[in-house]
Parts: sequence; structure tokens; C-alpha cells
Amino acid sequence: MRRSVSVAGLAAVLMLGIVGLSVGQKSSVAPAENKASLLEVKIDNFSFGPASLTVAVGTTVTWTNRDDIPHTVVSTDEVKTFKSKVLDTDEKFSFTFNKAGTYPYFCSIHPKMTGKVIVQ
Amino acid sequence: MSRKKNDEIIHDHNNDGIDRRGFLKCMAWVGTGTLCVIQGGVLKSYALGRLPGMTAKEAMGELSFVQISDSHMGFNKPANPDVAATLKIAMDKINALPTVPEFMLHTGDISHLSKPEEFDTVDQILKAAKPKDVFFVPGEHDVLNDDGKQYLERYGKGSKGSGWCSFDKKGVHFIGLVNVLNLKAGGLGTLGHDQLEWLEDDVKHLKSSTPIVVFAHIPLWSVYPEWGWGTEDSAQALTYLKKFGSVTVLNGHIHQTLQKVEGKVTFHTAASTAFPQPQPGKADSPGPMKVPAEQLKRVLGITDVNYVQGQQALAVVDSSLA
Repeated sequence: MRRSVSVAGLAAVLMLGIVGLSVGQKSSVAPAENKASLLEVKIDNFSFGPASLTVAVGTTVTWTNRDDIPHTVVSTDEVKTFKSKVLDTDEKFSFTFNKAGTYPYFCSIHPKMTGKVIVQ
Repeated sequence: MSRKKNDEIIHDHNNDGIDRRGFLKCMAWVGTGTLCVIQGGVLKSYALGRLPGMTAKEAMGELSFVQISDSHMGFNKPANPDVAATLKIAMDKINALPTVPEFMLHTGDISHLSKPEEFDTVDQILKAAKPKDVFFVPGEHDVLNDDGKQYLERYGKGSKGSGWCSFDKKGVHFIGLVNVLNLKAGGLGTLGHDQLEWLEDDVKHLKSSTPIVVFAHIPLWSVYPEWGWGTEDSAQALTYLKKFGSVTVLNGHIHQTLQKVEGKVTFHTAASTAFPQPQPGKADSPGPMKVPAEQLKRVLGITDVNYVQGQQALAVVDSSLA
């Protein structure tokens, strides 16, 4: 009985923690002290690198365009979970993944460019 | 290269008065600015700019227009830090043609980032060209952020859907198609169901002897799918054009000139006025290709197209900016 209460208590704290992280964050870069949950994808040579990225729930992923041509980052699901504006060279886009799942995305200007983020 | 040469018809397999072998041989010269004209069943070639003893009518036929493409106004990286300057040179080149073309076709990527000031600058520069009418189709760089709403407001007068249209000039039927919207992940260019239905209906009642010119941004043939250089549903579009004796397809997007003749269809892609791109598969990616500054103008260009009534195939001539 006691164990289940403490587990429930732990779960509650965890839940609050996750809610706290996602509240007030839209698609902006996460604060610097949260380095562990910040990950980068470089866009260069018409490709996303790494093309497949596995992250923990709550991680903010930042795409940086290092190519000399503009690109976008658009999720391929119907609801368009994330959709960047056009990124010219050196421009960035960030998104925080709060739900586990697999998120395939592509560049809407050059649709052959595809990638995915796996959130666990 | 300056040559005056007559090619006689030797192989006329399609009975259409065109010697394919001669035509293709002629096509191989076009990169150096050679004019090929089919007149009276004979293919004649002349170096552009050296048209001795030829009347303007003989040289240019009954309809002459010019295609420009991929001006990418707003691009400013090393491959070409001044795309406005090279677009202006293209206008000078057009103005120096022996006959003033009746109009211009811009096959897209007018702007680089769909910014209003980029479109404004192109409009301004195009005003310097003698041909006052310009017909556009959008490139993927022209429909960013708003699914083409701004493009339609600026250039979509009289068009349908996302900007497709058709019009007639001197008996030639022109069809502008849009294949840069609703692109799917991993996919190529796409025309879509509505546009295909419109196209089928648009050409249904035309006589098969009507010369057809189709213009669209992304190539309507499979140039290099790995780099997205193709259109998923173009085969369907081409079936609607099967009955016609002469179809010329003019595209942009790949920033280099390539030709393909398939039966009665001539596919042609234009050079960019902004920057070149690598040949299919010859680089890691299809991005802007840097060349030594003194060579830049040689890999940018315009395309001059001439139609002689009675002759089915149109004469398509590329010339570089230098």
C-alpha cells in the first residue's frame, strides 16, 4: 500500500514537472541551463544531419540551416505538429517534443529532404 | 562558333518533315548560341548574331518569344552576389535579338525568398525589356510561407487554381502549369487532380495540328528524381497532349539547359539568370554551383523560341549571357 502511494506520489511530481516544462514554451529555444535536453540538427547540402534523431520527452530540438539555399522543417503528419517559416542561411527553428512518438518531417521546398525525430 | 550549314532530310521516320538525327545534332550546338530553323522541311542552322543575308522574317518565323527562368531575386551568396545585375544583362541580351520577341515567359523562382521587395525588383528590371508582356509560372521559391497567395495576387490574373492558365498566340496554344505546391515528403513536383482535369478539358477541342507550348517550373520529365528533378503526375498530363503533332515543353528549376526529344514532344530546360547548378549526379546536392567569376555569365542564359507557321517543331535556341 505504502509503495503504491509513493509511486503515485513520484508520478505526480514527474507529471507536474513535465507540465511545468511545457507550459509557457512555444517554439522558442530552451534556456541554456537545460543543455541536456537541447539537441541540434544541421541542415546542409540538401540534407538533415542527423536524418534520424532519438530524443527524450521534453527535449528541444534546434534545426540550423548551414546550406546556401533556404529550407523549411515541416512535420508530415496531418495536423502539422511543427512547421517552421522559411530558414535562410544561419537561421534556426526550434521545437520542444513533449509527447513520445515518431515525428517524420521534410523540407516543403525540397521534398526529397526528409528526416525524423523519435521521442522516447 | 560560327557556321552556316544546311542539313538535308535523310531520315524522316515520322513523316513529319523533321530529320531527327539532324535535329538532335543541331540541338547539341544550341549551347553555343546557334539558331536552328525548320523551313520547308529542311533544317538550317546559323550562328546567333551572325545571320548574313537572312531577313528577320526568315530567321524568326511568325512567332518569336523568349523564356527566362530562375532569377532568384534576393540570392546573394558567392555563386552570384548580384543576381539583379545578371538579370539586367539578360534583358540587354533580349533587347539585342534580331527581332523583338513578342513576349516573355518566366518559368519560376522569380524571387528567392518570396519577399515582396524581391518580386518588386524583378518587375522593375523586366520593364527594361522590349517585350512588354510577361507570363509567369511560380517556382517553389515564389510560394513560401503562404501557399502561393502573394504570387497569385501579383501574377495570377486570369489564371485558375494555384495559377495555371492557357492562352493563344498566332495559332500556338500556350499552357502554363503549376507543379510546386502541395509537395509531399520524399516526392517530386506535382500537378494535382484539379489541374489535370482542367488541362484535359482545355485541350480537348483543339485541332491536333495546333502547336502546343507547355511551360512549368519543375521539369515535366524525369531528369533526376534523386534530386527531385521531375514531376510525379506529368505522364498523365502528357497523355492529354498525345494527339498533337508538336508539343514543346519549357521548364526551369535545374539551372542548366537540357533537351530531350521524344516522338513529337520536345522537352527543354532553361539556364538560370542567377546561378548554375551541377549536372545530374555530378555533385553531392543540387545547390548553387560556384564557378570562377569570369565564367559566371557563360553559364547563365536566356532561351529564344521561334515558330514558323506550317512547320511543326518550334526552334528553341539558348544563348548564354556572355
